[in-house]
Amino acid sequence: MSAFIIRRLALTVVLLFIISIISFFIVTLTPGSPYPWGELNPKISAEVKANFRKKFHLDRPLPEQYAFIMHDLFTGNLRSIKDDRPVLSRIMERLPATLALNFTAILISLSFGTLLGVYAARHAGHWQDITGSFVAFLFIALPGFWISYLIAIGLVKVFGVPILGTQSYGIDFPNAAAAGLDRLWHLLIPAIVLALGGLASQSRYLRATMMESLREDYIRTARSKGLAEDVVLYKHALRNSIRPLISGIGMLLPALLGGSVVVETIFAYPGMGRLGYEAVLERDYPTLVALNFVAAALVLLGNLLSDLLYAVVDKRVRLE
Amino acid sequence: MSTLAITPGALGAVTQETPGARILRRFWGNPIARISVVIILFFALTAGGTALLGALGHHWPYDPNLTNLDQKLLPPSLQHWLGTDNLGRDVLSRMLNGATISLTVGLIAVAVSLGIGVIVGAIAGYFGGLTDQILMRSVDALICFPTFFLILTAVAILGPSLINIVVIIGLVSWTGTARLVRGEFLTIRETEFVKSARVLGQKDWKIIFRHILPNASAPIFVTAVLGIPDAILTEAGLSFLGFGVQPPQATWGNIIADSKTYLLEAWWLILFPGFAIFIASLAFYLAGDALREASNSRS
Repeated sequence: MSAFIIRRLALTVVLLFIISIISFFIVTLTPGSPYPWGELNPKISAEVKANFRKKFHLDRPLPEQYAFIMHDLFTGNLRSIKDDRPVLSRIMERLPATLALNFTAILISLSFGTLLGVYAARHAGHWQDITGSFVAFLFIALPGFWISYLIAIGLVKVFGVPILGTQSYGIDFPNAAAAGLDRLWHLLIPAIVLALGGLASQSRYLRATMMESLREDYIRTARSKGLAEDVVLYKHALRNSIRPLISGIGMLLPALLGGSVVVETIFAYPGMGRLGYEAVLERDYPTLVALNFVAAALVLLGNLLSDLLYAVVDKRVRLE
Repeated sequence: MSTLAITPGALGAVTQETPGARILRRFWGNPIARISVVIILFFALTAGGTALLGALGHHWPYDPNLTNLDQKLLPPSLQHWLGTDNLGRDVLSRMLNGATISLTVGLIAVAVSLGIGVIVGAIAGYFGGLTDQILMRSVDALICFPTFFLILTAVAILGPSLINIVVIIGLVSWTGTARLVRGEFLTIRETEFVKSARVLGQKDWKIIFRHILPNASAPIFVTAVLGIPDAILTEAGLSFLGFGVQPPQATWGNIIADSKTYLLEAWWLILFPGFAIFIASLAFYLAGDALREASNSRS
């Protein structure tokens, strides 16, 4: 077990290093102007440009630039161009909202994706399966910004309920429960929109692995014991099919974090995605480097965690 | 002797169907696949027709960039089938031009990602060892990045032009193909015919491209088809955020983006372009899935 953990940790360190290099290169090595105000702006003197280059170590050779940026990032010296605050703390204050949104979205896609996948596998080849697959692709093909707008317009115009931000402002809630429900509501709508694509792809994965499990001998044994079909499906087959689903979360996260740029922008939700969009609009390079790095590192750590958890639960994993 | 004399024609009828023909036959036997292909052909023909007309200097039904402030924000009517936008431009004409952009983005982005993915995956899977380790760990690292945000960052820095957008989408989305191709190569390189090709002293690149790659082409083709709608949706999202192909060139995404402020009055500005994105993507996804089913030898 400890050998497995050490090997897995070493791999994570290597990947983290590659990730930091990639996020550094996207912003530094691309042939655009390094200045947020553009290369040819006549109002910017050479002195200001020189100061800027010095501040972000652009006058140094590349490997040194990389080392400086990573050092600055973690010591809080890497500051946003916009408000001159350390980028790491700007990201950290958005992190709770982002985690809440993505965690809810994962929960929704896992639970409903499982139901849809098992349903499709149970009726494999019949009209229920075909309808289920069709619904899954319907969800995958929905443009996130489009459905967000339709839902937002529908809810605001037809029902007149507020949905933007994390809570309704200007309302005195009679008690904490009502205020909590209001927050939950504001979280749930963007989370559902965000979850649709993942829900569908999870259900497709699960359908495929379930159909393989259902061909195994132990399923025939379970059926011939006279167990109820639900027990056979959810207890015997699902247990042995769930692993791709768990590792699928790791694949889901990058799509979720990327997708939340659009969804958070539309629903005015103060998460990392909206911070990223604002940073793109303001050409806030330090924030962009840090955001890409932190998001990728989060995904990596999520994968590490799920792998370790899985190795603890399932001994077969460690032997591989 | 005479008992072994089977007529060649009878045997041929059973065994002559090539794997490709078999996949095609099973694909075409699926009604969903047929409907998807019809929809894709419809989009391809309208996009191609519009591009051709535009190249000849004609427009149908109107010039997509012709503004007419007397006729702004008109709902769908006989003159303007899908209404007009805030500058009086005909939405149908703009959407037809948007179709060209969407399909171009989908096809070229997939070509770029397929090229990189196949080469990286083939090299990693064929040579193995340290090469494999380095390439695949880079893939693992790249996969961790939030795809859409990575594309948005790169497009914002390089500037949103059609060529930048397709290349960046391609550069970011090849990881899945690389993993798939590597997996296929790992299995196929252990087969007898590859070993005999190696014993015969064939060059590595020849074994890779002439012997192994054709045998891995079915799943690669499936990922390519499934990659097209991914690219279309990504471009639409970029357009919506203002970092897609730039106005006045119409795209499905920027018709919606341009009309953000009028959405409550002018439902046709959001409904039709979004629906086009949705239907086109859906058709590609369903066709890709049907192709996967058809090429799956177990089912």
